[in-house]
Amino acid sequence: MPVASSRPPAAPRAPVPEDVPLRKLYRSAEGRLLGGVARGLAGHLGLPVIWVRLAFLGLFLIQGVGALLYAVFWIVVPLGVGGRTAEPRSVFEITGDGRRKLRKPDRGQLFAMLVLVFGAAIFIGSIETTSSRYVWPTLLIGAGVVLVWRQADNARRARWAEAEGRGRRLFQMVRGLAGVALVGMGLAGFMVVRGSAAQLGNVLTAAIAVVAGIGLLAGPWLVRMTQDLSEERTMRIRAQERAEVAAHVHDSVLHTLTLIQRRADDPGEVRRLARAQERELRNWLYRPEGTGKEESDEPDTLADAVKKAAAEVEDKHGVPLEVVVVGDCPLDEKLAAQMQAAREAMVNAAKYGGEGGAVQVFAEVDGRMVYVSVRDRGPGFDLDSVPGDRMGVRESIIGRMQRNGGSARLRPAPGGGTEVELEMERAAET
Amino acid sequence: MTETADTGRGGGVERRVRVVLVDDHRMFRTGVQAEIGRTEQTGVEVVGEAADVDQAVTVITSTRPEVVLLDVHLPGGGGVEVLRRCATLMASADSPVRFLALSVSDAAEDVIGVIRGGARGYVTKTITGTDLVDSIFRVQEGDAVFSPRLAGFVLDAFASTDAPPVDEDLDRLTQREREVLRLIARGYAYKEIAKQLFISVKTVESHVSAVLRKLQLSNRHELTRWATARRLV
Repeated sequence: MPVASSRPPAAPRAPVPEDVPLRKLYRSAEGRLLGGVARGLAGHLGLPVIWVRLAFLGLFLIQGVGALLYAVFWIVVPLGVGGRTAEPRSVFEITGDGRRKLRKPDRGQLFAMLVLVFGAAIFIGSIETTSSRYVWPTLLIGAGVVLVWRQADNARRARWAEAEGRGRRLFQMVRGLAGVALVGMGLAGFMVVRGSAAQLGNVLTAAIAVVAGIGLLAGPWLVRMTQDLSEERTMRIRAQERAEVAAHVHDSVLHTLTLIQRRADDPGEVRRLARAQERELRNWLYRPEGTGKEESDEPDTLADAVKKAAAEVEDKHGVPLEVVVVGDCPLDEKLAAQMQAAREAMVNAAKYGGEGGAVQVFAEVDGRMVYVSVRDRGPGFDLDSVPGDRMGVRESIIGRMQRNGGSARLRPAPGGGTEVELEMERAAET
Repeated sequence: MTETADTGRGGGVERRVRVVLVDDHRMFRTGVQAEIGRTEQTGVEVVGEAADVDQAVTVITSTRPEVVLLDVHLPGGGGVEVLRRCATLMASADSPVRFLALSVSDAAEDVIGVIRGGARGYVTKTITGTDLVDSIFRVQEGDAVFSPRLAGFVLDAFASTDAPPVDEDLDRLTQREREVLRLIARGYAYKEIAKQLFISVKTVESHVSAVLRKLQLSNRHELTRWATARRLV
C-alpha cells in the first residue's frame, strides 16, 4: 500500500499479477470521485482508471446509459478496500521538512474533472431542445441520490475505521439531509413542471397518509426486529466473553490447581505456584483496557520493569515480593542499569532474607531522581564481613550504580533485616 | 512481621474489641474468625457476620461493634454502600463504629473509594493474623492503618501534581507526612518508622491520621486529575 500510494492514481500500469487467484470486484473506497465504481472496475480489469471513466462518460452520452450502468454497479457491487491505488485523502500533504502544504492536484484527476464538465455541458446542450423541462428536476434528484448513497458508503466505512469525530458525524448528518432535500426539491420540480402544482396539497396529504399507514403497519415489527437483533448480538458477545474467561481459567488456574494438588507435600512449591498464579490472574483481570493478552517482552517503563523483575525473582526463589511503585517514567540506559542492580538486590534479599517474610520493594520517581529500595527481614547482612573476593554485592550492586553515576547504600533496617537503597538521576530529556 | 505482635496492642488480653465481619465468602469469614477470634489470646470478639450490604447494615446497627472488617466487593453495592448507609453510626460521638477495609483487591479505585467513604484503614487479605489484630486495635483507637500499597497510592495521588495555589495549605502533605508514607510504602511497621525518624509511635499515628483526613477532604481537581491519569473515571 505505501509503495503504491506514491504513484499518481491515474498513471497507467501493467496489470498486476499478484492478486490473480482471488480477484473479486469491489468498489474502491480510496480515491473515488462518486461511488468508486470506476476505480474498482479499473482495479479489477487492470486498466487505468481514466479509461474506465471515459468509457462511462461516453456511454452517458448515449441517452444516459452510462449513468444507469453506473448506478447499477453502485447498488450491486459491495464497497471494498480493493482499489488499485490508495490516494492521500487530505488536500494537504506533509513535505519533507514536516510542513503542511497544499497538495498539487494531479493531472489525471484534473483532466477527468474537465472531461466530466465538458460531457455534462454537451449532454445538457443536446437535450435542451427536446425535453428540457425534465432535466433540472432529474439532475436534482440524481444529485440528492448520489449524496445519500455516498453517505451510506461512508457509514459502512466508518465501521471499519471506527474513529469518527463528533464534528465529522454532524457533517455527515448535514450531508444526508442535504441529499434528502435535493431529492425532495427534484420531486417537487417534477410536479410543477407537469402542471400539477395545484394539486400539490392533495398529493402531499395522500403521500403522507400512505407513509403513515406503512409506518403503523411495519413500524412495530421493525422495532421488534432491531431489538431482537441487538439482543442476539449482546448474547453472542457475552457468550464469547464467557468462553474466553473459561478458556483462560482452564489454561492457567485449573492447571495450577492440579500442580498444587500433586505437590501438596511441598509447602514452598505450593506457595510459589499460588503466588505466581495469583499475580498472573490479577494481571489478566485488571489489565488496562485495550491491551492484548500477551504483553510485550521487554518493559519500557520503570514501573513495568520493577514489577517484571520482582515477578521473576518471586517465581525463581519462591519468596513473596511486595512491590509498591510510585510514579513512572520511561526506562533509559542509566535506569536500566539501576534495574539490574535492583534485581540483584531482590535476588539477594530473596535468597538470604526470604524466610523472615515478604521482601518489600519500593520504587519512586521523584522529579529527576529515581529511587528504589529493597528490604528484607532476614538475619541482616554486614558488607565488611564478606570476604573481599566475593564480588556479588560490591560489583553487581554498588559498583554498577557508581559506574552509571548513581549511588547505592546498604544498611540494617530498624526492625531487623537489610535494606538496599539505590538512587539514580534520570537522563535529561532531549 | 512477627515483631508487631509484641507491640503490646494485639497481645494484651485485658483489651477487648467487638468486631463484625462483612464478607460474602463464608470460607473467608470462617478463616478470619479462626485466625483472630480466639478472644482469650487476641482480645478480639467477633460479635456478628454478614454476607451482603443489607445484612451488614442490619447486623452493624443491631450489634454496634467497635470495628467492622469490611470487604470491598459485596453483593448489593459493595463496601462503599455499607459505609454510606452507616454514616450516622460512624459519626456518633460516644461509641463510633469504625471501619477497616479488608480486601483481596488492591486496585487503586477500590482503595481510594472506601477510604473516601470513611473507612479508617485498608489492608489486603494477604495480611497475617497478628498484623490484622494489631490493625483492628489501632482502628478502634481512631488511628489510621495503611498497607504499603495504599501508602503508595496516596503518595502517587499527592505527588508530582503541581499544587493549585489556592488551598495549598489545606491539601498538601507536609514533608514529614510524605516521609512517613514513604516508609510505610517501603514496608516499615509503625514502630520501625518511629525508630527510623526518631519520633514516637503516637506521632507516626497522628501523621497517618492527618494523611487520611487530607485524602478525604482533598480538593476535587487534584483527585480527579489523579483518577483521570489512571483512567479510573
